[in-house]
Amino acid sequence: MSHSVNEAAETGPSQRGAEIGVGIAMAIIAIIGIIGSLRVGIGWAAEGPRAGFFPFYISLIVLISCAFNVASAAMQAKDGGVFATWSQLVKVMQVLVPTAIYALVIPSTGIYVASALLIALFMRWFGKYNWLIVAAVAIGLPIFTFVTFEIWFLVPLPKGPFEAALGF
Amino acid sequence: MLEDVGNLFHGFAVVAQPYNLLLMVVGIVLGVIVGVLPGLGGANGIAILLPLTFSMSPTSAIIMLSCIYWGALFGGAITSILFNIPGEPWSVATTFDGYPMAQKGKAGEALTAAFTSSFVGALFAVIVITLVAPLVASFALEFGPPEIFSVYFLAFCSFVGLSKEPPFKTIASMMLGFGLGAVGLDQMTGQLRLTFGFESMLNGFDFLIAVIGLFGIGEILLTMEEGLSFRGKSAKLNMKVVLNTWAELPRYWMLSLRSCLIGCWMGISPAGATPASFMSYGIAKRISKRGRFFGTGEIEGVVAPETAAHAAGTAALLPMISLGVPGSPTAAVLLGGLLIWGLQPGPLLFTEQKDFVWGLIASMYMGNIVGLIIVLTCVPMFAAILRIPFSVIAPIILVFCAIGAYTVHNNTFDVVMMVVFGIAGYLMKKTNYPLAPMVLAIVLGDKAEESFRQSLLGSQGSFSVFWSSALVSTIMTLGLIALFWPLIQNAWTKLRGSAGEPHPAE
Amino acid sequence: MSVAKTVLTIGTAAFASGAVALSALPAQAWEPSHPIEIIVPAGTGGGADQMARAMQGIITKHNLSKQSVVVINKSGGAGGEGFLDVKNSKGNDHKLIITLSNLFTTPMATGIPFNWKDMTPVAMMALDEFVLWVNADKPYKTAKDYVDDIKSKPDNSFKMGGTGSKQEDQIITVALQKATGKKMTYIPYKGGGEVAVQLVGNHIDSSVNNPIEAVAHWRAGKLRPLCVFDSKKLDYHDKIAGDLAWDSIPTCKSAGLDVEYVMLRGYFMPPGVSPDAVAYYVDLFKKVRETPEWKKLMSDGAFNQTFMTGDEYAKWVADAEKLHEGLMKEAGFMAKTN
Repeated sequence: MSHSVNEAAETGPSQRGAEIGVGIAMAIIAIIGIIGSLRVGIGWAAEGPRAGFFPFYISLIVLISCAFNVASAAMQAKDGGVFATWSQLVKVMQVLVPTAIYALVIPSTGIYVASALLIALFMRWFGKYNWLIVAAVAIGLPIFTFVTFEIWFLVPLPKGPFEAALGF
Repeated sequence: MLEDVGNLFHGFAVVAQPYNLLLMVVGIVLGVIVGVLPGLGGANGIAILLPLTFSMSPTSAIIMLSCIYWGALFGGAITSILFNIPGEPWSVATTFDGYPMAQKGKAGEALTAAFTSSFVGALFAVIVITLVAPLVASFALEFGPPEIFSVYFLAFCSFVGLSKEPPFKTIASMMLGFGLGAVGLDQMTGQLRLTFGFESMLNGFDFLIAVIGLFGIGEILLTMEEGLSFRGKSAKLNMKVVLNTWAELPRYWMLSLRSCLIGCWMGISPAGATPASFMSYGIAKRISKRGRFFGTGEIEGVVAPETAAHAAGTAALLPMISLGVPGSPTAAVLLGGLLIWGLQPGPLLFTEQKDFVWGLIASMYMGNIVGLIIVLTCVPMFAAILRIPFSVIAPIILVFCAIGAYTVHNNTFDVVMMVVFGIAGYLMKKTNYPLAPMVLAIVLGDKAEESFRQSLLGSQGSFSVFWSSALVSTIMTLGLIALFWPLIQNAWTKLRGSAGEPHPAE
Repeated sequence: MSVAKTVLTIGTAAFASGAVALSALPAQAWEPSHPIEIIVPAGTGGGADQMARAMQGIITKHNLSKQSVVVINKSGGAGGEGFLDVKNSKGNDHKLIITLSNLFTTPMATGIPFNWKDMTPVAMMALDEFVLWVNADKPYKTAKDYVDDIKSKPDNSFKMGGTGSKQEDQIITVALQKATGKKMTYIPYKGGGEVAVQLVGNHIDSSVNNPIEAVAHWRAGKLRPLCVFDSKKLDYHDKIAGDLAWDSIPTCKSAGLDVEYVMLRGYFMPPGVSPDAVAYYVDLFKKVRETPEWKKLMSDGAFNQTFMTGDEYAKWVADAEKLHEGLMKEAGFMAKTN
């Protein structure tokens, strides 16, 4: 429904290309599944199916379905609309890239510091809040989380050098 | 029977002691918090608080813990509706219509419907427990592996064939879900499969990580693409919403009753709340006159799964106390609690520990009533969360998603997986792959496979085991009917030769 | 060498903690400075989980430790995930892991790379017993009746239910098969409680449930214990079902079924932890064992209450490993190395 606005003016990757891409990605996962199943045995032993039996046929069905999906996407008209405009994709990336980095740095920095930075980034970059409010939320929320999880419910979350320096 | 009524009133007297009432309120509030914070969840919440209860009497302890359980059940619906992030497997079906409702500015209605339905389901199940407890226990004993498999089969059958998406995309999506569910340790042979020697794959793909990614993160990416805001800003913020929704709800009494029955049945047979919620949603979608609008924010699509899930969740406590078999992970932890307090769950608990059992049953009644009042008064507050600007709430949601994903297995790799699932969810949604069948397959796939293979082990590989008794044959037949229902319906429509679509309203 | 030192420190620590109560702390006594983590290499609700959480509750209630105790489940890969975590936490004085038989069976059956020697043994808290159960409606009164019936019928006529695959229950089943000369159909379930109910519902013919998993159904007259897989009878005399107590159950060996198996419920720590920390935990566990709650837990579950530390414990574990290796090899349960 978002495509109706500004569509004529902006370009982006085609829906057809995206469909083919997703289909191929799934097919690759299916092939990995087939290889993995073959390793553990896909036969039918005396007492029922072996460990790889179900994963093998499941992967096979995924592969076949993907073939259909890719084929039907390929047969679509080339001007079947855009998947999303470039400017929309840039917006998506603006969230996705920081989130991905966030997930990747958690093991080294701990979740609290990483969360504070993520919140600060969003609020300052997208929300244009002044630094005082940004700092209040970005520092307040991790502290709240820390108290709730680590102290109250005794659920340890990943901690890094910063927490270690504070003695936790 | 008469004696039971007396016992029940005695139970009420026990529960109504001020100290126990206080514990009840504390339990509900803690439970809602636990249910809302992803990654804590009912099982974790109870496990964590269990040690605190050792100094209480068993009856007080179970009152508090079961109230945490009720609170968590209520709380699970909140994140499903507001953010499309189900915290428990049985809340997944609630997102299908609950989240679209919130997007349309009807978060208050959706929350009220969800809470009220939970209450109705739970109350119905408690009444069933009170009346037919002994019968129920012997019914549960009938369920061996083939019977359990047939129940999963029925759950799948009543749910597939529902999506409007192209069939091959639905199949690919569901099968991918089964495949992901298969990763990790194969329960039946004790072999690792599809892990390729990676340590971080040992756990497989937990449903919660997949769902937080596919639904939660995926949704944030979609929102971002469409401009930086949640579309729920216009949510009304007063208690009138509750009353207005209540005025509407009695219309769905038939739906509620059906969902209650499905829920009780699933809860007593050890299949549990998750298949109950999916099955109830699937059947409601087929039967309802507005079925084809399901998924776009129909209140019936919230009532059906919530009622069934909570009826099942409540009914599941009965096999737990009478047989010692937990119907859910949360019940498993409660069961551990019973043992630690020196109570022996089992058939004799009913005769030996009357105070305890009837106190528990009475607390089910009272706890649900207290819980309903507490959560309903908070509806405007919950709905107000959607008014927080996106640039503030989005990173907070991301942080809680990360915490939720991490706490499932205490593994930071899962947070990365969550982001990967988020990308997958965004792409799949944009390319018309339905996500619900995939999640259903991840949630129930390995259990279905397990009971299937247990059955075949028992029968020496013969398929006749799935038609070996009246019970299993009936359920399998129901499953087949459900599976081919769209075909039957299509054939029927064609026979009548109507050119256009049948008009939904009458 | 280092173990000997450990034992020595235990003595000192126990002595010290008694003497110190009124005076100042000696400088070298190790105390936890963070919350203590107990890893459970199994899901919530299982036997190991229950024991860890019970200990958490006891330690909290009796204020036995200045720091809180946190229980974390890491059940992936038949518990392999939990063991790998401990193995990789070299020198972490605040991490413990409670073990079940998967300490031995998981690396053997799955090839996940760890061994108990990668960790520091702390203490054996108890041994869990196994009992051969049948449905009370069946005519078998003794283990001999049951075994005779098995022997008189073809292979795979009897279904044995158990927890997990290639773990303790299946190992016992394999040993039974060896003793009777007949194959049984082994059906794995997720939890012991489920197995007991499947037996009550007559979906399987027998089980080797732990006492605590099946006792409620025994008392209700639904299940019958035939024999216990230990070298001696269980040491609990309270009447449970009618005139029968745990010590009324004969050993399997005396019933002509020469199979013995007990399961370790013990603690390990990561490699390279300080001996003082180990001594602290041994002392802590000794205090736990003195509490009424612990004693109740032990008698409810009819546990074998052997307590071992140091060298003695390490030797027991080494023997148990050999035993498991033999059984697993014989059963063909070892992971293929390819």
